[in-house]
Amino acid sequence: MSLAHDARVAIRAATVAQRPMRTWPEVNNPAAWIVAAILLIMPLIANGFFLIEIFATTLILGIMALSLMFLAGYGGMVSLMQLTIAGFSAYMVAVFGISGNANISLGWPWWLAVPMALALATAFGTLGGALAVRTEGIYTIMITLAIGAAFYYFTNQNWAIFNGHTGINTVATPHFWGVNWRADIPFYYVVLAVAALCYFAVEYLSRAPFGLALQGVRDNPRRMATLGFNVNAHRIAAYAFASFVAALAGVLQVWNYRQISPGSVSVGACIDVLIIAVVGGITRPIGPFIGALIFVLLRTFALDFLVRLGLDGNRFRLLIGLGFLAIVFWSSDGVIGLWQRWRQSQRPTAKRPGGGRGHG
Amino acid sequence: MDSVAQRLSAVGAGAALELRGVTRLFGALAALTDVTITVRPGERRAVLGSNGAGKTTLFNCITGDFPPSSGTIRFFGEDVTHFPPYERIRRGLRRTYQISALFPGLTVQDNVYLACRGVSRGRFSFLRPGQNDALMHAADNLVQAVHLSAVKDQRVAELAHGQQRQLEIALALAGAPRFVLFDEPAAGLSPTERAELIEILTSLPAHIGYIIIEHDMDVALRVVESVTMMHNGRVFKEGLPQEIQSDPEVQELYLGGGHE
Repeated sequence: MSLAHDARVAIRAATVAQRPMRTWPEVNNPAAWIVAAILLIMPLIANGFFLIEIFATTLILGIMALSLMFLAGYGGMVSLMQLTIAGFSAYMVAVFGISGNANISLGWPWWLAVPMALALATAFGTLGGALAVRTEGIYTIMITLAIGAAFYYFTNQNWAIFNGHTGINTVATPHFWGVNWRADIPFYYVVLAVAALCYFAVEYLSRAPFGLALQGVRDNPRRMATLGFNVNAHRIAAYAFASFVAALAGVLQVWNYRQISPGSVSVGACIDVLIIAVVGGITRPIGPFIGALIFVLLRTFALDFLVRLGLDGNRFRLLIGLGFLAIVFWSSDGVIGLWQRWRQSQRPTAKRPGGGRGHG
Repeated sequence: MDSVAQRLSAVGAGAALELRGVTRLFGALAALTDVTITVRPGERRAVLGSNGAGKTTLFNCITGDFPPSSGTIRFFGEDVTHFPPYERIRRGLRRTYQISALFPGLTVQDNVYLACRGVSRGRFSFLRPGQNDALMHAADNLVQAVHLSAVKDQRVAELAHGQQRQLEIALALAGAPRFVLFDEPAAGLSPTERAELIEILTSLPAHIGYIIIEHDMDVALRVVESVTMMHNGRVFKEGLPQEIQSDPEVQELYLGGGHE
């Protein structure tokens, strides 16, 4: 159908209005530049522990939660299998690459094993998505949770590929150009680069036709169908994209810990990703990274804090749970929602909320 | 290309919309029973009937929101009975909803842009529209045509009712519509907005036909050339507006209490 035959032109002669087009993320937000600068010079101010255990771990969890934010925030699909997809990808890196379990690992170089892992994990997530899009709301949560639980028990019991409950250990990490990319500082920059890439990809996509249509599907799937969109195909494509993002996080995770075992893909860990995304806020791609930072800080320091108060340190989840309750109770759009409302209250004349922009 | 040629020949030859024996059951309840309607290309028709007469169900069957339980639906000669809604829309069918079905989280401009994108290529495009994007300009024109330019960057959730109704119409006119189903477009509009609606409907290009469900006879009879009267899920009468208006049976059923 040619656009030349459009009805719209004939309805009324209309001049083409000039419209400021925002094709790239806002670059005039000082907060974003400050965050970016701090992240770039982090190795100068943080020691190895903070660099890896806090910031790299935050970014990796943030990428996983970002994949959920993309599905839930833009697509209205709450998928609890994003960690499972990351875990699958991590397992595939270990299985196709080099590890201490020579009877399982195929010994491929990382530059073959990683694309293979990404492709398989994306296919796995897309298939799971194809099952999940037949349902809505709570049933989507149930199906994706079931996939996560099934994968957890499968890895526990399968010895031929997943090496049962011991998992796969001493996974090799890349060394090239004379650099050990798993050394603290190079690894931090690898993780930061991937996180920034994923963040900007999601941010960019949110205003591209694919992302806009996904938000349309979230708001009113029936109307999307009567505008000419194949709603289920759109949803499955969203799962494919989110799966690829989660798979990237999985590769980083297995390089981070150099091992992967069923404990990393447990049902509890699947739900942690949901908590991270909701605490941070699922309306914007920065939310998952904020949520991940809060989660990692609590997980790392709540133990000492609780012991100092004379309580059992293993109760750190209690703190996370209480924090989760508080945030969901006071702000349904997470920490960034709180931040946005605070900014608006500071600048009552501003038309649009400034928002906590910046990259993870 | 072959399908375009087929469609063009179909426009000249047959019907825009041809329903044969369409029945729609909800459990044991027949919302539509053996409905047979033929509408010519470019024809403008009102569907009248009391609540529960099956008017909106008729629209839902035509667009595929709910497929018919039996019967066939042809759109410009092509059997679309078993097509999903999006395939029918891509062939030039459009509809509006009685209760506005918009995207409240998106801006007016984005709503219309989605409508333009839905009936063109690149629905899955990962690239943001640039300065000279044809569909962005198309959306701009459409927004202007329904008098919403002033609010085009506002989220739809913030719009007044009348503005939402106008946006509802804009979504149905995106791309190259050949036949539009308007489901009570005047519901809840002020007299001024009704006048604007009538102007939009009467200034549509002649090749675009439509069916309009409208309780307000002043609106309905000014914008159509034929009327189908429905009752209890069946076609009760068909004819010219004057014939229907003066038909004693129709008056008893529908117009009896004045215009209510």
